[in-house]
Amino acid sequence: MIEIQNLSKIYKTKNDVVKGVDNVTLSIQKGEIYGIVGYSGAGKSSLLRCINLLERPSTGHLTVDGTDLTSLRGEALRLARLKIGMIFQHFYLISQKTVFENIAFALKAAKIPPKEITKRVESLLEMVGLSDKRNVYPSQLSGGQKQRVAIARALANNPKVLLCDEATSALDPTTTKSILNLLKKINEELDITIVLITHEMNVVKEICHRMAIMQDGRVIEEGAVYKIFSNPKTELAKEFIASVVSFEIPESIVNSCTGPIVKVTFRGKVAGEGVISDTLQQFNLNGNFLHGSIEYIQERPLGIFVMELKGEKNEIQKALDYIEQRDAQVEVLRDGI
Amino acid sequence: MGFDFAHFIELIPDINTAFLQTIYMITISLIIAVVIGLPIGILLYITDKGLIWENRLVQNVLGFVVNMVRSVPFIILLVALLPLTDALVKTTIGPTAASVSLSVAAIPFFARIVETALREIDKGVIEAAIAAGATPWMIIKDVLLLEAKSGIISGITLTLISLIGFSAMAGTVGGGGIGDLAIRFGYYRYDNTIMIATVLILIILVQVIQLLGDFIAKVVDKR
Ligand SMILES: Nc1ncnc2c1ncn2[C@@H]1O[C@H](COP(=O)(O)OP(=O)(O)O)[C@@H](O)[C@H]1O
Ligand SMILES: [Mg+2]
Repeated sequence: MIEIQNLSKIYKTKNDVVKGVDNVTLSIQKGEIYGIVGYSGAGKSSLLRCINLLERPSTGHLTVDGTDLTSLRGEALRLARLKIGMIFQHFYLISQKTVFENIAFALKAAKIPPKEITKRVESLLEMVGLSDKRNVYPSQLSGGQKQRVAIARALANNPKVLLCDEATSALDPTTTKSILNLLKKINEELDITIVLITHEMNVVKEICHRMAIMQDGRVIEEGAVYKIFSNPKTELAKEFIASVVSFEIPESIVNSCTGPIVKVTFRGKVAGEGVISDTLQQFNLNGNFLHGSIEYIQERPLGIFVMELKGEKNEIQKALDYIEQRDAQVEVLRDGI
Repeated sequence: MGFDFAHFIELIPDINTAFLQTIYMITISLIIAVVIGLPIGILLYITDKGLIWENRLVQNVLGFVVNMVRSVPFIILLVALLPLTDALVKTTIGPTAASVSLSVAAIPFFARIVETALREIDKGVIEAAIAAGATPWMIIKDVLLLEAKSGIISGITLTLISLIGFSAMAGTVGGGGIGDLAIRFGYYRYDNTIMIATVLILIILVQVIQLLGDFIAKVVDKR
């Protein structure tokens, strides 16, 4: 759906040249929710804004649904944008228009006749659950409600793609959850491809299928969210994951351990604890759980346990091999003394 | 010699004429300032860097002309524009003649006010409209003018009040109106009654316009 090839965006300011996006190549499939994470200044917004040409890429190729957008200008670009919705962290509704008028605005851009506009706006309001706020001005809405109006506006012309620039970053956790659920519903029911950028790994874990991690304008890691969570390659990916699932163990606890400390990761199974207790029994070991959790990433469980093992050195090694045979991944965090 | 009420009654017809002349001058000038100044203000804004019709040349030329007119003191503009006034309205005295220089002064004044009001708009709102596929005309009409509506109304109030001051100055060189009355009777003939009456009228007029302007600006704002 979206093909980005060697795309760079260079900002020239008075006495500085900044590479907002540095040679990024990404392929976003039709119907997926694609997350881009990175710290502030990593170039996420720049990349996202290149997709609908709010920023014109400096070099590289970009196609959305088969159309090379960089070749378009003026009216042709405007018409192409009707098929790419966008929502923002700060909503950016027209404060002097009612909810109805804000959504109708997008339909007017597509030259939809007034009679149809009314019908379409009403069905959009129903979809985002704001039918009762039809004639209210944005100042009377909560943040979550404003974002719903912005979503309705973005979806007014049945776009193929929805771009979300930190769409939940100004919202509290509960509201964030409800907006994410709405985005998920839109993705599933309307088959709209969603690209969302965020600095919150939580958001990605909640709804994204695939993801990219950006740093200094470059994509440094990319792939299925589940895969990155279960097997992060870069330090930055590990850092982001740690912000959601932290396995930090206090040093005093680590120091009081005498046996080796291992981290066992189970992918796609909830049977983790069973395997561990089996193993401990079989090899006559004692296990001390130091940490453990099962995360659900799009309903697929990812179990991670950290424990101290006590017993015969040989038996411990055999036990670890045995666990690996049972499709779990073992990482020795600290060797035994 | 203070305020002589009998004398005041006697002068009511003169005051009335002068008052109506002032209203006439400022109304005409305001209309012209809005009709011409509003598009200039919009142009000044949208031709700026990163905006929907970025254009260095238009921006610089327009900016220069606006600044030039604004840098000339009104009393000098009044005299300098006498030939233009003569050409346009075939006379250089009276309220219609005064309206020409008043308009010329008010156009750039109002244009800058419009530009400033537009700058107050969050750029994100304009960007969201562009992302939604809005036409340039929709952006001007439904985003820029709508979002800046309250600021523009305050700008009209400000322009109108400045015009009252300028019109009094125009009165001193034969433009008619309250200023003319104050100079001819109040100053040259030491007529304190006229002086007090004209000052009072001006104070009331300015207060009423300010209150009304503030009220309208507040009522139309949905923020
Ligand atoms: N309009 C601009 N002009 C100059 N530099 C910019 C502009 N927009 C972004 N940048 C720079 O590009 C880099 C990436 O910014 P951005 O894409 O906003 O990052 P993010 O969204 O990940 O926080 C930053 O260093 C930022 O300062
Ligand atoms: Mg950003």
